[in-house]
Amino acid sequence: MAVYLDFEEPIKILEEQLEENKALQEKGIDTSNIIKEIEKKLYDTRKTIYNNLTAWQRVQVSRHPDRPYTLAYINAISDGTFIELHGDRTVRDDKAMVGGFGSIDGKTVMFIGQQKGINTKMRQLRNFGMANPEGYRKALRLMKMAEKFNKPVVCLIDTPGAFPGLEAEERGQGEAIARNLLEMAQLKVPIIVLIIGEGASGGALGIGIGDKVLMLENTWYSVISPESCSSILWRSWEHKEQAAEALKLTAKDMLTHKLIDGIIQEPVGGAHSNPNEMFVIAKKEIKKQLDKLSKLKKDKLIKERIKKFCSMGVYEEA
Amino acid sequence: MVWFQRKLKGVITPTTEKKETPEGLWYKCSECKNVVSTEEHANSFYICPGCGHHDKIGSKEYFNILFDNNKFKELDAKMTSSNPLNFEDTKKYSDRIVATQKKTNLKDAVRTAVGKIDKQDLVIACMDFDFIGGSMGSVVGEKISRAIDYSIKNKIPFLMISKSGGARMMEAAFSLMQMAKTSVKLSLLAKAKVPYISLLTDPTTGGVTASFAMLGDLNIAEPGALIGFAGPRVVRETIGRDLPEDFQTSEFVLEHGFLDLIVKRNELKSTISKLINMFNN
Ligand SMILES: [Zn+2]
Repeated sequence: MAVYLDFEEPIKILEEQLEENKALQEKGIDTSNIIKEIEKKLYDTRKTIYNNLTAWQRVQVSRHPDRPYTLAYINAISDGTFIELHGDRTVRDDKAMVGGFGSIDGKTVMFIGQQKGINTKMRQLRNFGMANPEGYRKALRLMKMAEKFNKPVVCLIDTPGAFPGLEAEERGQGEAIARNLLEMAQLKVPIIVLIIGEGASGGALGIGIGDKVLMLENTWYSVISPESCSSILWRSWEHKEQAAEALKLTAKDMLTHKLIDGIIQEPVGGAHSNPNEMFVIAKKEIKKQLDKLSKLKKDKLIKERIKKFCSMGVYEEA
Repeated sequence: MVWFQRKLKGVITPTTEKKETPEGLWYKCSECKNVVSTEEHANSFYICPGCGHHDKIGSKEYFNILFDNNKFKELDAKMTSSNPLNFEDTKKYSDRIVATQKKTNLKDAVRTAVGKIDKQDLVIACMDFDFIGGSMGSVVGEKISRAIDYSIKNKIPFLMISKSGGARMMEAAFSLMQMAKTSVKLSLLAKAKVPYISLLTDPTTGGVTASFAMLGDLNIAEPGALIGFAGPRVVRETIGRDLPEDFQTSEFVLEHGFLDLIVKRNELKSTISKLINMFNN
């Protein structure tokens, strides 16, 4: 059963009509003209709705249960060549953070990303995509190996945040994220970062220092979720729409403020309406960026990366 | 962001209330209720003689404690926040800034300076908790970055004194990216092999812990400070049970391997001075 967000109601109605008419067609009744008409209407409706999403609606889309998660992207982009590698070599394997080698049209890439669960059981196992320190340390181990063997790194971000648990604190959640920021700054291979869903705070940034940081059209990236922002600043969860607007967390806002390098368009109706098309678009973009970045000398690559992050911020000097 | 939640819960009493009894001459310890004159309190490094509690102090006091004869050159003293996102919650962010500047006599939540500690050069960046909970916005990130630049250029050791609830929400993603910016700068300091000492004081949480505060060649802390990534309330809600008594204290963080040492404030200058001497010779 497909899941529809509240503002997707018109799409739901049209899809049901489409199903009915397809069923009639199978029974031998000619509905081909009606089907064509509904399909066109469906396309237009999707387009209109998705072209006019509010910030909060985009947050909802970024969390859509049918939206593809990290491993689905990796498997599609690497054409099934992905070999997952486990563990931080110190504590354990964190299932909320995945990584490993994959090949993009013959070229080896290190893939890394937070992984959400696709059903109730997996959501528990994946800890809702909230990594512990050992997840960030596994990510760093894999990046360092990629550097050693001169393979580019592709990070896929999709997390509601780093896990705020007791053991996470004991094992140094803050240190783990901080270490990644510092090490990624100096990594001697290209790093491409895609925000494919939720980009919440330090938990996202912990694998987010890239030469190219790209957001999918219907994702968000900020220092806090709109709900938590609402509860802290307005002392209630009721202002989440307002908070989402105020945080300027959409891809478009982030690009305007030069906090990301680009936006990747999603299929009409969002990534969940056509995952395969989404994977093709993402792969094309990654290949394009890898081609460009692999031509740069290492010194220049790192210098440009550092320059970019050091120029972020707005202040006044009297 | 922890500062805000704690404030709402009334856990933290604003420093001004704490320090000043009606006459303004007496300090009452928030922990053991011991009373001393404010003069004696200042002379004993704002440490309670009754229980050893380290009262929160700001950049003015730390500079005075650490720099020889309280002499230093302040860097980028005039930098102030703008309101890049036109952020407005119950109050306009720009109004909040102006009001806080008036109240605290500070420009923002960090001050940076260069001076001498026992005749040795030292750059210090020190956060002020009184300024919107020591939260990190663009000004904090930029001033720390420039202080690091100064250290690199002049080969002078860098001391960061953290005291912060974390990110400044009103600057949203700009605030988040200050974590990246400061850590990226520290990678340059590390490459230049200039020593970096990170001093974590009460409280150091959120994005500050997850960036520069945890990246010292040496991480040191004052006793009894709250140090963590997630705030204690959030952790308690996440795990659904009570937290260990010493959870996220300096002592807890040292035992788990993330601090080199804990130093009492009255020994801070001599200890840092000795460490810098070790690096320099
Ligand atoms: Zn006391």
